[in-house]
Amino acid sequence: MASHSESIIREPLITGKNITYAQITNEVLAPVENKPNMAWWIGFVLAVFGASIWLFSISWTFWYGIGEWGLNKTVGWAWDITGFVWWVGIGHAGTLISAVLLLFRQNWRNSINRSAEAMTIFAVICAATYIFGHMGRVWLAYWTLPLPNQFGSLWVNWNSALMMDVFAISTYFSVSLVFWYTGLLPDIASIRDRATGLRRRIYSILSFGWSGSVKTWQRFETVSLILAGISTPLVLSVHTIVSFDFATSLEPGWHTTIFPPYFVAGAIFSGFAMVQTLLLIARKVLGLENYITMFHIESMNKIIVLTGSIVGVAYITEFFIAWYSGVEYEQYAFINRATGPYWWAYWSMMTCNVITPQLFWFKKIRTNIPLSWVLSIIVNIGMWFERFVIIVTSLHRDYLPSSWVMFYPTWTDVGIFVGSIGFFFVMFLLFLRVLPSVAMAEVKLLLKTSSEQAKKKLIDEGHLDPSHVDDYTTALEKYDSVDLTQYHKA
Amino acid sequence: MSSTKFILGCFEDPDDMMHGIDKLQKNSIPIYDVYTPMPIHGIEAKLGVKESRLGYAAFCFGCLGATVIFSIVYYTLVHDWPMNIGGKPHFAMPDFVPFTFEWTILFTAFGMVATFFASTHLFPGRAPRVMDLRASDDRFVIAIDARGNIPHDDITRLLEEAGAVEVKHNERKYVSYE
Repeated sequence: MASHSESIIREPLITGKNITYAQITNEVLAPVENKPNMAWWIGFVLAVFGASIWLFSISWTFWYGIGEWGLNKTVGWAWDITGFVWWVGIGHAGTLISAVLLLFRQNWRNSINRSAEAMTIFAVICAATYIFGHMGRVWLAYWTLPLPNQFGSLWVNWNSALMMDVFAISTYFSVSLVFWYTGLLPDIASIRDRATGLRRRIYSILSFGWSGSVKTWQRFETVSLILAGISTPLVLSVHTIVSFDFATSLEPGWHTTIFPPYFVAGAIFSGFAMVQTLLLIARKVLGLENYITMFHIESMNKIIVLTGSIVGVAYITEFFIAWYSGVEYEQYAFINRATGPYWWAYWSMMTCNVITPQLFWFKKIRTNIPLSWVLSIIVNIGMWFERFVIIVTSLHRDYLPSSWVMFYPTWTDVGIFVGSIGFFFVMFLLFLRVLPSVAMAEVKLLLKTSSEQAKKKLIDEGHLDPSHVDDYTTALEKYDSVDLTQYHKA
Repeated sequence: MSSTKFILGCFEDPDDMMHGIDKLQKNSIPIYDVYTPMPIHGIEAKLGVKESRLGYAAFCFGCLGATVIFSIVYYTLVHDWPMNIGGKPHFAMPDFVPFTFEWTILFTAFGMVATFFASTHLFPGRAPRVMDLRASDDRFVIAIDARGNIPHDDITRLLEEAGAVEVKHNERKYVSYE
């Protein structure tokens, strides 16, 4: 059958009374079909301002070369790789939500997967800008490809982790894009069928002629499932390979086998924090409180506290292993991280990633929207510091004390980083305006099973165990979008 | 002779629509297709739609991707220009793994999605074969080819009994997007 009743002890994924399929379409498409509101314009103007800083700084870099950055002979890698890893990590949550949670049949992913995937794509684009920026001579980017070249038949070095990065990031980006766009087709068709004139023509082209027939949907679901199945190992491989950039070197603090799992956990951690940062605002501004509910927020906070704890354990393990290894250089790298001239970066990382996220063990805090938002920003800051600490503190004091230096960013470094955030938001805000931010078809699937109204109907029918109903109504108290008065009467 | 080409039963509720399919099948009225705003689980079995074979395509493309990149790495690193890196073996398979893995995924994804688009006739600019505009919004539409399926009034009555909120007798097969 098309639908079946879901147990009452599961919390609802769609709240509100008398929600119809048409209402879902109307509410999700409201930002796409209407003129943007003031909040959107303010955000957009700020983002465009940020993006122009990015454009200026990156152009400056290409014109004058990467000598304009704060790099020196000892620290040859700093803000660019920090920014790159930070953005790639953020991207990981989108794939985790769309792929891993689909495989685990976590239906709450249905209302957040679209925007999280969009976030993934934009974050990976931002990450890619650092790769190209870091090349200095961006017009020679094709040298990373295995092409026969004019210098003899010397090929790219397949033994290098950087080469693996080229393949991992390009595959990750293009597969994510395909996954996202295929999922968008039915929703673009919904916009198409409601639009007129030029808009209809444009969305008609974008919809690839989607009809919604039985066979189309059947193939669509097969494709989604297989894409989820292959994206899951893919996303794990990407940050594993990013961690190889460090782990395959012989640098103290980098040369460690814990890096792949530790980086992947950190990526999911920062990615969910970014999803939280974006969606807590978006659900309010776009009026999507009924679809992105407190259950979603709390679930994401639980993932943040889990992955944050994994990251914390990894930090402590690293420290322990440095001591236990008996390797003097390894030990110094870690002592220097915590007590050296970059102690403030290390302790910012520790505080933001290990200590404050532990507050999410308290239900009051993980169901509090302003606090969740603030903590998610703190995680984003902490994860940036993590990459900075790993990269700069390992490099700035190498084996030769005469070459020990400090790294200070120049305005170009800062401009590229701050600007890339603006660039990211330009893309994200435009996405909210032209494409549905919630996967409508997938949310409609839940309406007859996992919605508050479906469960209310079950309660009203009165064949349920009263203790289950009690549990359920207690669970509803945390929701900011549920009218509780209708339950107290019963 | 009526000029009706297609009869559309528009339902508000997917369960009613499934009920409608049952009723039509009990009365031996062939269903042309069903258009819905979301996937309906279990409808394929009811309509006798065969399982999708896209999984096989995906597997083949994956094997192709693995073979292609493995061959490229082997050719460049082992055959064409074996580089002496500290006397280590040229054919160092562990280093091949990330590349082989990534391209297996890449080929699987692109190959399978391309196959999906090709077999479903989806491509940019394709004129949508849509019978009712609300089928992508809030209507679950059963389409019945009107030719040969008479009397039309009986079909209308059956659909309405099953809970159709509207029954359309369309003289055109598809909606015009012009």
